Amino acid sequence: MIATGPDAVREQTPPLPASDLVVEATHLRKRFGLTCALEEVSLSLEAGCGLTLLGPNGTGKSTLLRILATLLRPTSGSLRITGLDALKEPAAVRGAIDMVGHGTWIYEDLTAIENLRFWSVMGGHDAARARLRAALESVELDTVAECRARIFSAGMKRRLALARVLLGRARLLLLDEPFTGLDRAGRKWLGEFLMSFKARGGAFVVATHSFDAGLGVADRIAILAGGRLALDRPTTELGHDDLRRLYDDLALGPGVAS
Amino acid sequence: MRRAWIVVWKDVLSERRSKESLNALVFFSLLLLFVFQFALGPERAKVETALPGLLWLGFVLAGLLAFGRTFLVERENDCWEGLVLAPGDKSAIYLGKLAGNVLLMAVVEAVLVLLFALFFNLDFTSALPGLVLVLALGTLGLAAVGTLFGAITAQLRARELLFPVLLLPAAVPVLLASVSATQTVLLGEPLADAAAWLKLLAVADLVYLVIGVLTFEFVLEG
Repeated sequence: MIATGPDAVREQTPPLPASDLVVEATHLRKRFGLTCALEEVSLSLEAGCGLTLLGPNGTGKSTLLRILATLLRPTSGSLRITGLDALKEPAAVRGAIDMVGHGTWIYEDLTAIENLRFWSVMGGHDAARARLRAALESVELDTVAECRARIFSAGMKRRLALARVLLGRARLLLLDEPFTGLDRAGRKWLGEFLMSFKARGGAFVVATHSFDAGLGVADRIAILAGGRLALDRPTTELGHDDLRRLYDDLALGPGVAS
Repeated sequence: MRRAWIVVWKDVLSERRSKESLNALVFFSLLLLFVFQFALGPERAKVETALPGLLWLGFVLAGLLAFGRTFLVERENDCWEGLVLAPGDKSAIYLGKLAGNVLLMAVVEAVLVLLFALFFNLDFTSALPGLVLVLALGTLGLAAVGTLFGAITAQLRARELLFPVLLLPAAVPVLLASVSATQTVLLGEPLADAAAWLKLLAVADLVYLVIGVLTFEFVLEG
């Protein structure tokens, strides 16, 4: 019998090695010409920890994720991923990073299983057909495994991107608006997947402007406002309503509570 | 090698299904032949003199269309980011893309040579082995530099303008040697007479290939 769920695929790969800090970002600044996208952002993330990055559109969430992914160089500041200097040796840390950003990395003319095969080989992972099928089964796309991705809905493409993450061995997972396009079952599955990812010693950063969905998966909440980190606290320190009020005040301005 | 192979597999499979480049290139070749036919008329001597240049003009124009599109597919759905984050040697991606381009150009060249033979009533049979060698060397050089510039310009807004402006001057040694060697082969002269041009082609191929392999990582990082 084929096991289903997020662990069905990941359990076939050995557990991730334990280490204390997966991310250590210090005084990150990013300027695009005269525009300042990030200002003095410092954060650290331990193994087995999930951080939700909240903030309205245009506050620098995606820029910060791209810097953490080593896709963008900060104007100043330092960044260490799994203890290595990610600005000096980006290639050395990339094997530890996976990302599902605004783009899903999907080739429209390939089938779902062919897309997984391509990225498994590119990532240096086992691309055995049974493993790829198990990943598709985990995200409930096994029935369309041989269909071209061109016909997939936005939600199905996002699930396919998450199936790709399942096949990797990332220690740091970066997700940009992962709840967009997912139905209730998909959100539930994603929540379970992130919990399982943490339990295996991985760390994740979820950037979203969806407060409730983001809060549900996080150990820590960080709020970006105007490119600055306005808050970074464990979710256990504050109740849901307090956090909501803080988010509304910090991100949208005092007195704009919804 | 496994990564280079999977890039070729992905590109060939995508092209086989979409036929976007192949259809456009074959149709474009057909149009070119009509233009040449009208320009040169039925005079056989005129056609034979201009043939090497016309053949390579067709290949270069088809190459400009094909190589420029090579990396555009990677911009869709941000696949480019995935390639940047993929661990390992990035030159495998370049070699895979290059092999895909060489395969595509081989199909286009076969079609174009066949159409030339039909349109102008030419017999390439005796010159075929030499012609294949020249085409293989010339295509490799053209594709090596075209794939690299295709990657460089894929991230630019004015890519359609910049790509030919960059590619054509850089490909001059390959084109010069290819046209001259093709002329020797089609005139029925021994291949040894074109040895100097073939050597130049081989050296140019090697230089472009080495430059592509060594610089591709920086190009991909942008």
